[in-house]
Amino acid sequence: MTRALPERDRAAEARAAEMEARLAGIQREIDALRRRSEKDKPDAVEQIRVLEARGEELRESMLSIRTAWQAVALARHPQRPKAQEFVRALLDEFTELHGDRLFRDDPAMLAGLGWFEGQPAVAVAPCKGRDTRENIACNFGMPYPEGYRKALRAMRLAEKFGYPVLSIVDTPAAFPGDAAEERGQAEAIARNIGEMTRLRVPVLVVITGEGGSGGALAIAVGDAVLMLEHAVYTVIPPEGCAAILWHDAGRAREAASALRLTAQEIAALGVVDEIIPEPSGGAHLDSQAAIAAVREALRPRMTALSNLPVEELLRRRYAKYRAIGYHEEQS
Amino acid sequence: MLNWLRRPKHGRISRRDIPAGLWVKCSRCGAAVYHRDLERALKVCPKCGWHHRLGAEERLSITLDEHSFEEMDANLASGDPLRFDGYREKLSEARANTGNADAAIVGVGGIEGYRTAVGALDFAFMGGSMGSVVGEKITRVAERALQDRLPLVIFSASGGARMQEGALSLMQLAKTSAAVGRLHEAHLPYLSVMCDPTTGGVTASFAFQGDVIIAEPGALIGFAGRRVIEQTIRRKLPERFQTAEFCLEHGLIDMVVPRPELRGVLARLLRFFGAPRAVAPEPAAAAPDGEAQPAPGEPGGPEVACP
Ligand SMILES: [Zn+2]
Repeated sequence: MTRALPERDRAAEARAAEMEARLAGIQREIDALRRRSEKDKPDAVEQIRVLEARGEELRESMLSIRTAWQAVALARHPQRPKAQEFVRALLDEFTELHGDRLFRDDPAMLAGLGWFEGQPAVAVAPCKGRDTRENIACNFGMPYPEGYRKALRAMRLAEKFGYPVLSIVDTPAAFPGDAAEERGQAEAIARNIGEMTRLRVPVLVVITGEGGSGGALAIAVGDAVLMLEHAVYTVIPPEGCAAILWHDAGRAREAASALRLTAQEIAALGVVDEIIPEPSGGAHLDSQAAIAAVREALRPRMTALSNLPVEELLRRRYAKYRAIGYHEEQS
Repeated sequence: MLNWLRRPKHGRISRRDIPAGLWVKCSRCGAAVYHRDLERALKVCPKCGWHHRLGAEERLSITLDEHSFEEMDANLASGDPLRFDGYREKLSEARANTGNADAAIVGVGGIEGYRTAVGALDFAFMGGSMGSVVGEKITRVAERALQDRLPLVIFSASGGARMQEGALSLMQLAKTSAAVGRLHEAHLPYLSVMCDPTTGGVTASFAFQGDVIIAEPGALIGFAGRRVIEQTIRRKLPERFQTAEFCLEHGLIDMVVPRPELRGVLARLLRFFGAPRAVAPEPAAAAPDGEAQPAPGEPGGPEVACP
C-alpha cells in the first residue's frame, strides 16, 4: 500500500508566492516606465536597468524554492520539447500511422513505428503545437475518442509482433467537447486503460509535460512509468480543482500545491517508478539534453522488460497497480 | 465499532430524505407524492417517472434477495494520503450523513437466486467519488468474483475520481480496470449498471467495461461535465445531452431499464451467462426413493459455479 505524503512545506510555498508577487510588481513598474514618453531619457533607462537586475536576482533565488505552480508553468512551457519531438528523436526511421479505422484520423494523437536503439518499437504520443496555428491544428494536445482508438490500434499492432510500446505523455486532458462525448470519450479511455493493463508486450511510459487525468492515463498504463523532473501528473487541472473547491479558478496555485502533482510527490506516492532529471532550468532550455536523458533512462528498462516472460510481465504489472492506494482499517 | 459503521438492516428503503410529514415533493416535477407511494414505487415518481437517486444500501436492498447479502470489507475507510486541507472533515461529514464508511458497498448476494458479487456506489457520500477505498473495494469484489467464479454486478453513481486523493484516485482507474479485466479473461460475466449520475473517472474505467451496460432512465452519463463542455464549445447543450437515452442512441450502452424491471433484467442476463443459482427457483422435487434432494447450490446440494 502507498505511504501517506509528509506535510506540505507551507512556509516555502508562502515565500515563493510572496517572491512571485514582488516579481510581478517589478514587471509592472518596468512596463509603466517603458510606456511613458520619456522612456528614452537617461534616468528612465537607468531605472529600468536597476529594476531588471532586481527581477533577475529574484528569479535566481526563486529557483531554490520549488513550488507546484512552477512545475505546472514549466510543464506547460510553450518551448518545452513536445511529445512528438521525443518520439521522432528517440525512434529511428519513424513511420507514422494514421486513423482509427472507425471515424477519422485525430491529429491530436501521434502513432507510429520505429527503432529504439536497434529494437523495433511502436510509439504513441499526444501532439501539442509550438504556436497558436499549430495548436489549433492539433487541438492543443487534447485527443478525441478516435485519437485513443488510433493509439490502441497501434498498441495492438505492437502486441501482434511482440514489440514494446513506448508512450510519451503530454496532454492537458481528453478533449471535453460534445462530439467527443457522442463518440464515447469515456468508453475509449476505459477501453485503453483496460487493454493496457493486459497488453502482452512491455509498455514503457514517459510523462514529459502535463499528465492530465484520464486523458493521460488512457495511454499511460505501463510496466515502467517514468516522469521528467518538471512534469506534472494530476487527477484534475489545478484550475478545475480550484473552481470546484473554492469557486475561484484563480486560486489554481493553491490547488496545484494541494494536489501534490510534482514529479517528486508523484514518485513518493508510488505512481511513477523514476524521475528523469532535466537540464538546469528546465527541458525548454535544452531539448537535445532532455531527449538524451529520456533515452538513457529508457535503455536499461527496455532491455530488462523485453527479457521478462510475458506471464511474469503481466503478473508484475497487475501487482504494481494493485498496490497503489491508501486506506485505513476501522476496527 | 464506530457509530457510523452501524447501519440498519437491508430490506427497507431509508427514510432519511423524507421529512416528518407524509407528503414529499418530487424535486423534478414538483408534484406532492405520498411518501409510501414513492417508496413502494422504488423512488420513481408516480407523476413524472423521474428515478430519484438511491443510496448504496437502498440500491442493494431493492436489488438483492432478502437476507442474501454478505458485505465485504465494511471497515475500509479513507485516510488522507495527500494531507489535503479539509478532506478529513468532509469524510467525517459524509460518514455522519450516510452512515457508511465510504462511497461504495460491496459483497456477495443473490439476485432472484443467482449468487453474484455485487457493488454499489453511493452518490450521497462525497458525490460517489472514487478514491483509494472505492478503488480497493471494487478491485476486491472483482477478485472475489474471480476466486469464487461468480458474476459481477456493479451499480455506479459517481461524479468521478476523488480529487482529494490526487493521482492516487487516478490510479484507481487502472487498478479497477485490471481487476475487472481478469473477469473477461476468465469468461465471467460483468454487468455494469449506470445510475444517476455516472461521470468522469468512473465512466472512464469499470462502468464502461461491462459485458452488458445498462442505465436507468434519465441518468446523467458522460465523461466531461456539462459546464466544462459548454465553456469549451461556447454553446449551450441540449437538455437531453449525456442522458441515458442519449447514450443509447449513440451506441454507448446496451439498454435503458426502468427501475422496477431492473432486478428481473439482471436475473435474466445472469441466467443467460450461466451464473450459479444458490436457491432453486422451485421447491426441490421429491426423489424416486421419497427423499427430497437439495437443489444445486443449496446447502448439501451439488456445488455450482459459473462454467
Ligand atoms: Zn415527479
